[in-house]
Amino acid sequence: MGANLGSRDLTPLFEPRGVVVTGVSSHPGKFGFVTLHNLLSCGYRGEVFAVAREPGTILDRPVLTSVEQVPEGAADLLVVCTPVSANEEIIRTAAERGVRAVFVAAGGYSEAGADGAAAEARLVALADELDLVLAGPNGQGITSPPVGLCAQIVAPFPPRGRIGVASQSGNFVSAFQNYAGQTGIGISRSVSAGNAAATGIADYLEWFADDPETDVGLCYVEGLEDGRTFFDRVRRVTPRMPVVVVKGGATSGGQRAAASHTGSLASDDRVFDGMARQAGMVRAATIEAAFEAAATLATQPLPHGGGVVVLTTAGGWGVVTADAVTAHRDLNLTPLPDDLLAAVDGMLPPRWSRNNPVDLAGGETRDTIPELLDLVAGHPGVDSIVQLGLGIQGNTAALTRSGPFHPDHGLERIVDFHERQERRYAEAAADASTAHGKPVLVASELAVARPDNPMVAAVRDTGRLCYPSADRAVAALGHAVRYAAWRRARS
Amino acid sequence: MSTLSEAASRTLVAEAGVAVSAWATADDPDAAVTAAMAMGLPVVAKLCGDAIAHKTERGLVRLSLQSADDVRAAATDLLAAATAADGDVELLVSTMVRGDRELIAGMVRDPQFGPCVMLGVGGVLAEAVADVAFRLAPLDRLDAHDLVDDLAAQALLGPFRGQPAVDRDVLVDTLCALGDLATDETIASIDLNPLIVVDGRPVAVDALVERT
Repeated sequence: MGANLGSRDLTPLFEPRGVVVTGVSSHPGKFGFVTLHNLLSCGYRGEVFAVAREPGTILDRPVLTSVEQVPEGAADLLVVCTPVSANEEIIRTAAERGVRAVFVAAGGYSEAGADGAAAEARLVALADELDLVLAGPNGQGITSPPVGLCAQIVAPFPPRGRIGVASQSGNFVSAFQNYAGQTGIGISRSVSAGNAAATGIADYLEWFADDPETDVGLCYVEGLEDGRTFFDRVRRVTPRMPVVVVKGGATSGGQRAAASHTGSLASDDRVFDGMARQAGMVRAATIEAAFEAAATLATQPLPHGGGVVVLTTAGGWGVVTADAVTAHRDLNLTPLPDDLLAAVDGMLPPRWSRNNPVDLAGGETRDTIPELLDLVAGHPGVDSIVQLGLGIQGNTAALTRSGPFHPDHGLERIVDFHERQERRYAEAAADASTAHGKPVLVASELAVARPDNPMVAAVRDTGRLCYPSADRAVAALGHAVRYAAWRRARS
Repeated sequence: MSTLSEAASRTLVAEAGVAVSAWATADDPDAAVTAAMAMGLPVVAKLCGDAIAHKTERGLVRLSLQSADDVRAAATDLLAAATAADGDVELLVSTMVRGDRELIAGMVRDPQFGPCVMLGVGGVLAEAVADVAFRLAPLDRLDAHDLVDDLAAQALLGPFRGQPAVDRDVLVDTLCALGDLATDETIASIDLNPLIVVDGRPVAVDALVERT
């Protein structure tokens, strides 16, 4: 991190009035071409100016041969795909045309040795002098789904949502975007910070915290030049916006030689972990766990406590999930309060579990699951629900529908019924959560095994995540519980 | 970097609010006996000096001294074991604190994150168990409570083998004191190793302060 310490307005980066791309070439394999293509393909409504060395037409639009030809004030953002040697002059000219933010996708800077580091320092000084937001260099780009902006040298363009992504690895931006596409839990802004010469993870998180499009920050970090400043800044963000972090190189730091015992135990990872917890960050162990934690924070109410009720239609799901809840330090299996037990008793045949997990043992009728979800979520002694065992009817419907007997033999009606019921269950889970302000997580392997299952599709339509396993739902819920407790204790 | 003697280290951390076992220094065996009788037997006697950082490895700690004769003999031995390289030395006598549970706490300056406070499970298996956690200094009491909560071996902090639960407020006082000491830039690191839990109170029975 060089200049631009302190909060800074990143609006021209994420909601630019127009975009200029340099280094555009007619070769579809070149980054400049791909960036232009992506800018023109994802619904961005602002003007896009392509600057190429040779005059001509690329992707049906005439190219400019110099940034000087961009009309004054027509573009806020410059995306730089030209080589290092050309860029300082390009940026200076762009600033004269009214550009206020620069994303340098080009590499060849500090990651490439001493000459590159010197060029990067000049870039930072230039941005300072011209009062430009400088993102990158050596980054994959930015996306901003609310304005259809895909200014990336790579393809995935995520659905719009509430998660703001800032990453020191461009490929993990892509990973989060891919998960967003898979799950439907979308992204508000994403940025590959590259070398983060002037704008670092903390800058993005601070801006996300004030961004009306963003509810959750999700970041990947490897190295932090000034960890203390990062800590001080992030802990002013977390009371307003949850921040999920994955740390790369968690095990590479090793132990430092030190005279003190304390010093020898102070591995990079342990200190980072303590710092992250102290700052109120949610630290996830893996990229997928980080995405699921962020998705939970973005789509579920914050839990009031660590108590969990597990609802299951049948079988071993409940047992295994109860084990996972019990083993989790921040969660506990809520003993069913007497009045709730009595109320559930009135709804189910006598063979139900009479305990948490609430195992229906196949005793449900058409309205049981929606009614039960609302009843349990509405009880003041319940903090959260994990719902298991949905999708069975949807599976039956799928086989019946594709089998040789459909639609005869009365199968059409039963298929419709099964599919309708699955949709009801998923909607009931979301409704109970919204009505009572508590997390209700639906987990099923069908989320990945059969994403076309009507239950999975309906969960997705409610804007919630269908967790691919109960273990992953429990892990995500645990992160939310820990964050909520941290925030409560400090408010 | 230089280390402070245990006596100087104890004084520094105790003034900041760390609970340390009762102790006194003595220049000769007679004074050591007087100090031991005043604080009550049994006691521990150690050789103490700025240059002596690793007493146990050199056999400079004598535990469970049960009588005045034991104290005198140990004190005489310890003074005889001093080498020229040790510089000025004295005797340190402290009460023999017993407890089944040992913790370790300290302060260290991390190159990336600055001063940090550490808490861990202590004892001979500490390094192998490596149940330790950190917070950046200074800590407020909430941070310190969270740090205590971070240890995996929470059962060790509850009622244990007939002993009451660890008094978390005392532990939090110690952790906050370590964090406050970090504002003194001349302190490079602090080890409280071990803190022995006596009737639920974690008490430092050794302290090592390293100066920058």
